[in-house]
Amino acid sequence: MQQLIHLSNITKIYRIGAVEVAALRGVDLSIRANEYISIMGPSGSGKSTLMNIIGCLDTPTGGVYELENERVSEMDDNRLAEIRNRKIGFVFQTFNLLPRASALHNVELPLIYSGIHAARRKTIAEEVLGQVGLSDRKHHRPNELSGGQRQRVAIARALVNNPSLILADEPTGNLDSSTGKEIMAVFDELHRAGNTIILVTHEKEIAQHAERIVHILDGVIADDIQVNNS
Amino acid sequence: MIASLISFWENILVAVRALAQNKMRAILTTLGIIIGVLTVVSVAAIISGLNKGFASQIAALGSNTLFVHKYPWIIQDDFYKYRNRPDITMDDARYLIKHSKLAELIAPAAGTSRTIKQGNNSLTDIGIAGVTMEHEIIEGYTIAEGRYFTQTEIDRDKPSCVIGWEIREKLFKNLDPIGERIKIGDVSYRVIGVMEKRGSLLGSNLDSEVYVPLGTIFKNFGMHRSIRILVKVADPELIDETKDEIRFLMRVAHKLRPHEEDNFSINQQEMLTNMYKQLTGGLYTAAFGIGTLSLVVGGIGIMNIMLVSVAERRKEIGIRKALGAKRSVITFQFIIEAVIICSIGGIIAIFCSYLISLVIDKVTPFPSNVPVWSVFMGLGFSTFVGLFFGIYPARRAAKLDPIECLRYE
Repeated sequence: MQQLIHLSNITKIYRIGAVEVAALRGVDLSIRANEYISIMGPSGSGKSTLMNIIGCLDTPTGGVYELENERVSEMDDNRLAEIRNRKIGFVFQTFNLLPRASALHNVELPLIYSGIHAARRKTIAEEVLGQVGLSDRKHHRPNELSGGQRQRVAIARALVNNPSLILADEPTGNLDSSTGKEIMAVFDELHRAGNTIILVTHEKEIAQHAERIVHILDGVIADDIQVNNS
Repeated sequence: MIASLISFWENILVAVRALAQNKMRAILTTLGIIIGVLTVVSVAAIISGLNKGFASQIAALGSNTLFVHKYPWIIQDDFYKYRNRPDITMDDARYLIKHSKLAELIAPAAGTSRTIKQGNNSLTDIGIAGVTMEHEIIEGYTIAEGRYFTQTEIDRDKPSCVIGWEIREKLFKNLDPIGERIKIGDVSYRVIGVMEKRGSLLGSNLDSEVYVPLGTIFKNFGMHRSIRILVKVADPELIDETKDEIRFLMRVAHKLRPHEEDNFSINQQEMLTNMYKQLTGGLYTAAFGIGTLSLVVGGIGIMNIMLVSVAERRKEIGIRKALGAKRSVITFQFIIEAVIICSIGGIIAIFCSYLISLVIDKVTPFPSNVPVWSVFMGLGFSTFVGLFFGIYPARRAAKLDPIECLRYE
């Protein structure tokens, strides 16, 4: 299977005043296309830092990160923005929707930044909203939607640019357990449809949805297990 | 290119939406801009009105006429300096008529003021102008009823008079004034004509004057005061040469020696225009000063509110960046927002100046209108202020770290 992500010896050092804190101390990780992988670890383990680097929101202090054979670790701010726009779909714990914009407009946002004109944008966004079952909610604002519906809007937004990778950070963290299950079912479905999904979580049950679980501890990968849950 | 056009339009929508959320704040913020633009545009409107008014006020003077007077029109130094000058006399006028080659027409004129009576009606403090045949041409008189003087009437000092339009209205109402007699002071004059409406000259009402043959002024009202001499320039191109010639002739007539200063003044419309321009120039400078000051203060207000806006919307900025908005896009978004706030201020200000100008036009004697250039300048300035003072907050927004922003609640 095609190599999607290749991290080698990734380090990240934060400087707080005179003190240096190493969040990542040399991470090696490869992820293939269409993998469904969970990244687990307690808070402070470096899991969020790793997610930010994989999501191109942050650059590593050392090491090489290649995404689809492109050296992301040496890119500048603008190139990173482009990569985020085209290749990565984010799903956040707190949904992070624009509160004053309709569901449809929220889904359209990534398309705006890739320069697709209004009519085409609307068609694509409506189609993806349909895929997550929210065709009848497209003109609602986030505060008029339930938590589960908001997360579906966020998932639609993550999917709208056909990204190479969906990066979900505690996607069920703000949802009750039954809604959480619904959302996880959506991810499972996306994976079956051929998407690559990285799930960052500290909940074992949620992590179990993936085929592969990576544990981070003190800035290094503690273990990397294949699960067979089919 | 297409992408940037799309994001341009999107940014405008985003800015409008963000401003609609905070209408009151946006309007308060833009107050400085409103005041700045309002000052400049209103002053421009008032001055432009005054210009028109002034032009029509001094039009009666004619731009090709020189006025030989004892006093200059504009006295910048001590008035007493001029008081000891000799009077301008009929002899001077005759000398000029005899020797001037560049003047087309030369007409001496004198005036006084008297009470005039017709039956039981009387009007006090009416200007009486002593005129000659030449005045009709130089001043461009048009007669509405009756006729102007004949040469004989002028030469023989006949007690005939041509009355101003307003005097005719006040003294005769619906009656035919031609051939009627009126009393100017104690002297009886026969009305031979009525002047067409002339308007006013620097505040004095030309329609409320009585015109009589020049000689009758001296004869009936004992004029030993200084007269004035009107000189119509034959060729407008040669106005300066004509002025030099008249000056030379006057010096000869007054027997001045080379080292002596002129003891008469040659006035022309241009002097008033120049003084007026200086005056309005000062007004403009003051308006621009106040305007610029308020624009700067307004601009700082805009910058301040934009910084608040950036801080409040950190989360939004984080989301947009995570979804692929480049720095340039974020910068642009906030600059556009600042520009829109300022432009709205500019538009409000221009609207208000129209109202002010309308009110001035209606309730004061001055005409007033908003000149088109001032509208564009007002909009241009306000847009520029938005652009300039929006840059710093916008760049700050663009440089924010998306991770920090996303964490912000």
